[in-house]
Amino acid sequence: MTAAVFFGCAFIAFGPALALYIFTIATDPLRVIFLIAGKASEGLKSINPEETAPSMRLLAYVSGLGFGIMSGVFSFVNTLSDSLGPGTVGIHGDSPQFFLNSAFMTLVIILLHVFWGIVFFDGCEKKKWYVLLIVLLTHLLVSTQTFLSPYYGANLVSAYIIMVFMGIWAFFVAGGSCRSLKLCLLCQDKDFLLYNQRSR
Amino acid sequence: MLTFMASDSEEEVCDERTSLMSAESPTSRSCQEGRPGPEDGENTAQWRSQDSDEDCEEDPDRYACSGVPGRPPGLEEELTLKYGAKHVIMLFVPVTLCMIVVVATIKSVRFYTEKNGQLIYTPFTEDTPSVGQRLLNSVLNTLIMISVIVVMTIFLVVLYKYRCYKFIHGWLIMSSLMLLFLFTYIYLGEVLKTYNVAMDYPTLFLAVWNFGAVGMVCIHWKGPLVLQQGYLIMISALMALVFIKYLPEWSAWVILGAISVYDLVAVLCPKGPLRMLVETAQERNEPIFPALIYSSAMVWTVGMAKLDPSSQEALQLPYDPEMEEDSYDGFGEPSYPEAFEAPLSGYPGEELEGEEERGVKLGLGDFIFYSVLVGKAAAAANGDWNTTLACFIAILIGLCLTLLLLAVFKKALPALPISITFGLIFYFSTDNLVRPFMDTLASHQLYI
Repeated sequence: MTAAVFFGCAFIAFGPALALYIFTIATDPLRVIFLIAGKASEGLKSINPEETAPSMRLLAYVSGLGFGIMSGVFSFVNTLSDSLGPGTVGIHGDSPQFFLNSAFMTLVIILLHVFWGIVFFDGCEKKKWYVLLIVLLTHLLVSTQTFLSPYYGANLVSAYIIMVFMGIWAFFVAGGSCRSLKLCLLCQDKDFLLYNQRSR
Repeated sequence: MLTFMASDSEEEVCDERTSLMSAESPTSRSCQEGRPGPEDGENTAQWRSQDSDEDCEEDPDRYACSGVPGRPPGLEEELTLKYGAKHVIMLFVPVTLCMIVVVATIKSVRFYTEKNGQLIYTPFTEDTPSVGQRLLNSVLNTLIMISVIVVMTIFLVVLYKYRCYKFIHGWLIMSSLMLLFLFTYIYLGEVLKTYNVAMDYPTLFLAVWNFGAVGMVCIHWKGPLVLQQGYLIMISALMALVFIKYLPEWSAWVILGAISVYDLVAVLCPKGPLRMLVETAQERNEPIFPALIYSSAMVWTVGMAKLDPSSQEALQLPYDPEMEEDSYDGFGEPSYPEAFEAPLSGYPGEELEGEEERGVKLGLGDFIFYSVLVGKAAAAANGDWNTTLACFIAILIGLCLTLLLLAVFKKALPALPISITFGLIFYFSTDNLVRPFMDTLASHQLYI
């Protein structure tokens, strides 16, 4: 397996997460701490009085991203490092698309964690317990579907469909609307860019 | 021989370096006293407020205090806390870089994972027939190593107390020379061997000479901050690699545990050697050793001292970590402003104004032992990356918590115990519980 496979799969799996990190988190040290230490850094939140306290949504997003990155990394990094070594994929009859499938699955898991985080925190805040149940069930569903390997097709497609639904839900939960989406895409409303956001 | 000498000087040096100092001072206390006094700074958080002097002392062991006398308590608190998160990040980056260098080397250069003998400080071998014997040998090795470290530290404190500065500086210069030239030469040789790149001796000597000479200048005299930081990270990584290579498996883990306990004792106990060192330096109102501490801020410790030839290292104001007011009396308040104003003008690019002035300091021993833990995890874990990453995250979380405690307690704290404890817990649990599980999941492409 070649370096091309290694870099390709690495960027497929971790590219969006890295981009999210660079553009939204790396600029603010507090967010980096939330990412690494998660909710354990509540104390640090209190020691940053000058800036407005990070909003709950920001915390939800960052902790979702943190969980997603850790989950993705733990699932995929050993596979990635094996892809640098010698070998032939699928020599015993397994699918030769092992790496590509794993990379796409890792990507969808990371994004799902981000959306689940946002939705979950919102559900906790507003005490909508059915939301928690839905998040839990969809997570179980996505994980159980992976038992379908090596039939990757159905697995990946349904995981991506679930991700799109969760993404739309998280978008509306986080306060977005069709109007704001239009303004954002047409670059007419800078207030909605995440890294400019202050607490809402 | 080489190892012996290296270890000899390095033990001592490493010893000094293990502690995290925060420079947060208890504003309330000094304000209540009604006197300006250095606050207990610890870890290396250095502050500089625009309108007041700064009692900052640089403790080679890691300690920076910031105290602004005469400020209202609320403002001090706010300023202190305001930069908490930024300080944490300022330490995350160099610690991460050091660990990345060590892990990258361990995973690629075979030399550092081969067993080629042991240090003279760990004479008992671990090639024993029974597990009990092996455990006993590793505990004995640890005892010997820790006693050597304790003896060296006490020796250093005694030297410092009796003002044998030349001896200490000579010692530090010798150890930096050894790290910057000899260990770099060996490292470069092994890296070139691994990648099968040929280099002729003249080029090699030119490269090593330049690297080492600039390093000596940056660390012990003046130089750009970034370069100094880079060199300190490099020498910590080199030292960690030496430890990873020459410490036997079980001894390394027991030593890591024991050194965190020692760090705790040495920094917090009233008669601990490191604490005494710091206090003595504060009483004398002079800087301690510049080469033992990593500073992330505008460093007036190294490179900015241009006014006072006698305190060439830095304008460090002694700082009493124990908040003993008596020792504050010795401080010359008026001397602070001069001390801190002048250097600023010397480095136009490094103006300290307002918020940019703050920084954090961390002892190099902390870097070294963090990297030893992560490097050992990378070397021992059968090519498994999960364990390495788990240890890395554990250390960062420990560092975060330590800095948080610093903000709360506002006194010098050891940086090793929390991080190393988390690191050890995460290493053993990940290697034994998580790794087999994740391996099976990954091989069947199951995602949880």
